[in-house]
Amino acid sequence: MYARWVLNALLLWPLIAGLIVLLLPARLAKYVALGASLIEFALSVPLWWAFVPANGMQFVVDRAWIAGWGIRYTVGVDGISLFLVLLTTFLMPLSILGSWSYITKREGGFYSLLLVLTTGMIGVFVALDLFLFYVMWEVMLIPMYFIIGVWGGENRLYAAIKFFIYTFLGSLLMLVAIIVLYLHAGRVTGIYSFGYAHLLSQVGLLGPSAWWLFGAFFLAFAIKVPLFPLHTWLPDAHVEAPTAGSVILAGILLKMGTYGFLRFALPFFPSVALHQNVQLIIVILALIGIIYGGLVAMVQPDFKKLIAYSSVAHLGFVMLGIWALTLQSVQGALLIMINHGISTGALFFLAGMIYERRHSRLIEAYGGIARVVPMFAAILTIVSLSSIALPGTNGFVGEFLVLVGSFRTYPIATGLATTGVIVAAAYLLTALQRVIFNPLSNPENEKLTDLTPRELAVLVPLLVCILWLGIYPKPFLRRMEPSARQLIEQVRPGATQGLPVVSGGQP
Amino acid sequence: MSLDPSVYGDLLLSLLPELVLTGWTLVLLLFVAWRHRTVRDLRIAGWLTIAALISTAAATWWLWWNRAEVAGLAAMIAADDFRWVTTWVFLGAAALTVLISFSYLEREQLLAPEYYVLLLFGTLGMMIMAAGADLMVIFLGLELMSVAVYVLAGFDRRRARSAEAALKYFLLGAFASGFLLYGIALIYGATGTTNIRLIGAQVSFMGSPSVMLLVGLALLIVGFGFKIAAVPFHMWAPDVYDGAPTPVTAFMATGVKAAAFAALFRVMIQAFAGVPAWHDILWWLAVVTMVGGNLFALGQRSLKRMLAYSSVAHAGYLLVALAAGTRAGTSAFLVYVIAYTLMSLGAFAVLAAKGRGGESDVAIDDLAGLAGKRPWLAFALAICMLSLLGFPGTAGFIGKWYILIAATGAGQNVLATILVLTSVVSAGYYLPVIMAMYMKPEPIEAAHVDVYLDRWGRAAVAVVVAGLLLFGVWPNRLFDLARSAGDSVHPAVTTTTSGP
Repeated sequence: MYARWVLNALLLWPLIAGLIVLLLPARLAKYVALGASLIEFALSVPLWWAFVPANGMQFVVDRAWIAGWGIRYTVGVDGISLFLVLLTTFLMPLSILGSWSYITKREGGFYSLLLVLTTGMIGVFVALDLFLFYVMWEVMLIPMYFIIGVWGGENRLYAAIKFFIYTFLGSLLMLVAIIVLYLHAGRVTGIYSFGYAHLLSQVGLLGPSAWWLFGAFFLAFAIKVPLFPLHTWLPDAHVEAPTAGSVILAGILLKMGTYGFLRFALPFFPSVALHQNVQLIIVILALIGIIYGGLVAMVQPDFKKLIAYSSVAHLGFVMLGIWALTLQSVQGALLIMINHGISTGALFFLAGMIYERRHSRLIEAYGGIARVVPMFAAILTIVSLSSIALPGTNGFVGEFLVLVGSFRTYPIATGLATTGVIVAAAYLLTALQRVIFNPLSNPENEKLTDLTPRELAVLVPLLVCILWLGIYPKPFLRRMEPSARQLIEQVRPGATQGLPVVSGGQP
Repeated sequence: MSLDPSVYGDLLLSLLPELVLTGWTLVLLLFVAWRHRTVRDLRIAGWLTIAALISTAAATWWLWWNRAEVAGLAAMIAADDFRWVTTWVFLGAAALTVLISFSYLEREQLLAPEYYVLLLFGTLGMMIMAAGADLMVIFLGLELMSVAVYVLAGFDRRRARSAEAALKYFLLGAFASGFLLYGIALIYGATGTTNIRLIGAQVSFMGSPSVMLLVGLALLIVGFGFKIAAVPFHMWAPDVYDGAPTPVTAFMATGVKAAAFAALFRVMIQAFAGVPAWHDILWWLAVVTMVGGNLFALGQRSLKRMLAYSSVAHAGYLLVALAAGTRAGTSAFLVYVIAYTLMSLGAFAVLAAKGRGGESDVAIDDLAGLAGKRPWLAFALAICMLSLLGFPGTAGFIGKWYILIAATGAGQNVLATILVLTSVVSAGYYLPVIMAMYMKPEPIEAAHVDVYLDRWGRAAVAVVVAGLLLFGVWPNRLFDLARSAGDSVHPAVTTTTSGP
């Protein structure tokens, strides 16, 4: 039973709740929104147990939508998208709770947009019809555009339109590519359908046009990831967005790019994606992202910007892991996607919390606040260490798997990427030192108040996840493995045979 | 129901919608001859217009329902689904224009009910254009429509800009008519007929087309290019759209453009399917129009001028559907033109509400803070802008999507790519409108107190928004209608592939 309605409910409920929030008086908005997102989370939690790793696509719902074009409403979840869906539903209540005191104007609109955004994000991860995927991909653009543009910082208009146009450019080219694929599959088989499986079965005969199509998909996803040199929208958007916006941008929206590579770009065009030159270019771009992102983060005076550039570096690891295409590296990439959502989300929350107190994002405005706000300092330390990938935290598991898995495919690139871990330690530990240690020079910082229970309620679930994933990631890996294996087999037949299985024995 | 044009009764029947509308227009003309002073007269005339439009739509529906078709090749009037659907588009555009005109005419003190007579004559001209199966009939319709719209453009005769618009439109329009007529004459010289289907038969019989035919075709395209405001024949459009009273601008941007396109589609597909040269001409025309329209619009500060250039850009998108030249292209044109009519009219309606005392001076930044004061109006304009941008969830996206499918289906991948790239450019001028309304503070206190739309205007906007969202999410019915209407223009023999 649950399997048949859960995805519909997950997609529909935030929309309904968003409408309700919009119609209620503004002072009730945050309570209702929080309640709605908690219900959403509660609805999604049973997925964890109901999901059978070996069964591939599950919870599938398939209905006719626009019959004349062969467009169907098809959704489903496999081991790749399961955790992204759960991450989304997990981060939403926290984001709403985290915006509690930050958002003071037009609250109804804000929370309603957050809920609509939830539908869009989940839709992207579960869509198995390329039309539906495209629609969801675009639909989440508008709420984010408004969140940045209305509730953002000083330079918000510029950041909002830059974010919009970058994403829009990539996605429209992808739209043309989707249509070309659709017509190609239609001409070959006589069945015109946007279904994922249908298109996937017909991409073998594309010939040279596969290069153009891959290019279009690549651009759309690479902008979203973002891959160097298409990353310039990201620091602007992250810095100007309100806390919840930054958290969702970093935590979930960036993952859409890497998810798109995994789900569409690689399986659709394996011959192009695995072409020597394409591999070389992408691995080099990922490496530049890792190292350049880290180096640029090192010199940022603004704490939020530092986190933004660290995202570029983390996503570089994900891209490396995906393209290495071994079981470990792909699972590692998936884990980094989740970890980054948790750690960077927590970092943005912390940055937002301290900003609410001091109204400054500059690192130099702080110093020595560990004595004033010990709880804040402790949590910031743990989260930073997880972002650096210290063993025992979630970050370590993901990056380790990516590096181990990629070494087989790209030894030199992996060796260089390892320096990224060191760079990460350099910029985050320096920043940490300058913010919470050092002498307490600024008298304004003496009056800071420590975390409130509400803020702790936001951070503690994230801390729990950091430790859980760091110490015992097996339940995650076990659920990912069959899907990751299937994906790799699809792209490079025979690649997973005889390799050690990361997750070990039976559950 | 088969109609034989040589039988008198059948001939009248095939012209039923036009006759109904003519009858109503004459009644209205008589009415305004006696009653043309007060606001009340204006209102009554407006409602008579609505009644005329509804009964014409009903007559059209009756013919559609009975599957009326004209027997034989040589008829001067076509009776196919394409005609019915485009007729509904014109009638819908006219009806929405009437609804937004009520408060506008009263506010601007344009108390002359002849306005509605001209509107009906213009609509009648459009219907004849879309119905014409003979170049002369199309020309007659075009002139009937154009003369009415020339006068409408200058209807606010106390304002110099309106007079300038009318004069400019008239002069250039007369030129365009000249081109068109000369083109028709040359085509007649080359083929010996002005009947579209007979020309088609002649052309395919001739094999390689003669020079005279090609020159005639080129002049024909120039003439239509003026009417649809394709670059480089668009020069008049911004000034005329800017100077004309806003509801008239809305009518011109939607109805006139749709009618010219409808006639162009019929001529190109039925008469010149055998002349490959026009594909290349239209390909370039589409590219230049999309690129030019979007780039010019990017530089506009005035909302009305921006919408004028945006309508040029949309003519470019419609030309892509024509350049595809396939059945899917014709259906895509119909879907897009319906979406475009709705979203354009919605945008102009909001502009008319905002622009008390001269809406040509409304800059995009003047909308700042509108969302705080008039949330529903701002929401409606935002939906129209997103739809014009081609954003999923709106009818504009479905239309653009269909055009893209048609273009790629015809092997025009480059054209499709140019279309989406210019759409990205268009985000640069549609988004600032949303940005101003939602993200910028009100420049001065009470900047929006005089924004007013009466209840009929609001009803029109509500219909537009509901239509845009409905067709954006559930276009099935619209799609089926457009498909059968699009197919009806194309010769029946070339049914090869199913597919979209």
